[in-house]
Amino acid sequence: MIGLIGRKIGMSQVFDEAGVLTPVSVIEVGPCPVVQVKTAEVDGYNAVQLAFGHVRHTRANLPRLGHFRKANLPPYRHLQEFRVEDAAGFSQGQLIDVGIFKDAGSVDVSGKTKGRGFQGVVKRHGFSGGSDTHGSKCHRVPGSIGSSAWPSRVWKGQKLPGRMGHATMHVKNLKVVEVDVENNLLLVKGAVPGAVNTILRLTASPKKQA
Amino acid sequence: MNILDQIAAKHSKESIPEFSVGDMVRIDVKVVEGKRERVQAFQGTVIQKRGAGVSASFTVRKVSQGIGVERIFPLHSPNLAGITVLRKGKVRRARLFYLRDLKGKAARIKEKTDTSR
Repeated sequence: MIGLIGRKIGMSQVFDEAGVLTPVSVIEVGPCPVVQVKTAEVDGYNAVQLAFGHVRHTRANLPRLGHFRKANLPPYRHLQEFRVEDAAGFSQGQLIDVGIFKDAGSVDVSGKTKGRGFQGVVKRHGFSGGSDTHGSKCHRVPGSIGSSAWPSRVWKGQKLPGRMGHATMHVKNLKVVEVDVENNLLLVKGAVPGAVNTILRLTASPKKQA
Repeated sequence: MNILDQIAAKHSKESIPEFSVGDMVRIDVKVVEGKRERVQAFQGTVIQKRGAGVSASFTVRKVSQGIGVERIFPLHSPNLAGITVLRKGKVRRARLFYLRDLKGKAARIKEKTDTSR
């Protein structure tokens, strides 16, 4: 099933049917116009290219303007492609809104996490670090990173300090709490990656096999 | 009004009876037993109010058979059928956690009388 592009607005709390206070992420979703329909005959696979987010004409470059002009659309800021089984049902310029998630039950959300800069192993990989007391002089250090005689080098993939965050993260099976087609809003239970205004990619979660 | 406030407003109750910390209140709570729904009352002293908007909550304390019982209610919960103020309390702080260490006569709260007249 096709997905949509959205923007994180923030988090709040709402009461569900049972009256239980539920934490929700509020996402502005679409409406996304179809900019290009890719078919197996022409492109080798079936996909739909969607756009999201306002951009001024003067701020869009010529290749981008030309690409949107082909679809008879104003330029948009973000473009993403979604694979579909069959591209026949889609046409250029068609607007897809958040209504497609009404019967989805739950959605998968991807986005860039907040950048955390250069972080040590305790924060970055969840190492325990050393003892704070009992005369210990090793507090947040990684400890040994390998043996000497063999392999006498550091294994590839050894967890060490480094840049953390600003990486794409996927969150699966977030329950859809509310779909507001009129205001293009989607409320899902739980957190989604990134800070406010992060661009998110949303797809309906695959239905569980009974 | 920003979008988050609008969503919070949509899930909030329109009117909530005014009460403050120190008041003796009766809270009518909807309880679902199997398929039947009934209303259960919880009566006690409000010892704290916290949070804002739809997330706001308050804590009610009562002493039941010598045992202190506290319940935290979300202020805007649809499971709250009613809030009735039985007695206004005269208190000097926003959190009455000191009541937990007191019992009997010492745990009383003076009644606030209307001085506007």
